[in-house]
Amino acid sequence: MDVKTESAAYVTTVHLAGELDHHNAGPLRARVDEVIRMKRPKKLVLDFSGISFMDSSGIGFVMGRYKQMQSIGGELTVSGASPRMEKVMRLAGLERLPIWKTHGEEKNQ
Amino acid sequence: MKAMNEMRLTFTSRSANEGFARSAVSAFVAQLDPAVDELADLRTAVSEAVTNCIVHAYRDTIGDIYMNVQLFENGRVIVRVRDRGCGIPDVKKAMEPLFTTGGEERSGLGFSVMESFMDTMRVRSTVGKGTTVTMEKYIRLRRRHD
Repeated sequence: MDVKTESAAYVTTVHLAGELDHHNAGPLRARVDEVIRMKRPKKLVLDFSGISFMDSSGIGFVMGRYKQMQSIGGELTVSGASPRMEKVMRLAGLERLPIWKTHGEEKNQ
Repeated sequence: MKAMNEMRLTFTSRSANEGFARSAVSAFVAQLDPAVDELADLRTAVSEAVTNCIVHAYRDTIGDIYMNVQLFENGRVIVRVRDRGCGIPDVKKAMEPLFTTGGEERSGLGFSVMESFMDTMRVRSTVGKGTTVTMEKYIRLRRRHD
């Protein structure tokens, strides 16, 4: 599981790569939570464009990071999720969370 | 109808084997020439079934997971994932969306994903003996150019 991070102003983007399943979710969660702790960004972008597979473990991962960002008064944005990943997240009703802004902007371009 | 091909696989309930199980199913079902989306559906459902064995059936131990895949001439694929773990006391409850005993960051949507990505799914479980998840999906047979 590969993670690259870039920060600009108040925005930190985490580029996720690999397969997001139960096996990889633990280490990935630890890495991203460390980024949140160290940088305390106002806005955290989780870039899913490098994720080649995701099952329901991704739902817990996104929900958990959403709560983490809420707890420090920041916001979370998810970008680059494939239609298949969105289908999995919709099963959890995640489309109702205000986390899809970047993706929506991409879609509108 | 008799299966035209079948594979059986036994592996231990280590989380590293979630990816292995997905790859094994992909490699075996590839002979039906499935579309990318169909294969991804199967991979996702298998991942959920195997993860359930690891997270729930063998929660505090390591046990064997048995995976059986049958392929039929008409494109039907049957996948069985079985464990000899703790079993599920109330299958109906366990299949309710968002219900989980898996702790924080488990969404409780594993069965929902399997139901959503496969054509049929059924669960048989006996407490103390184990659980069998049987899933079916029809792969659209594309015209072959021989």
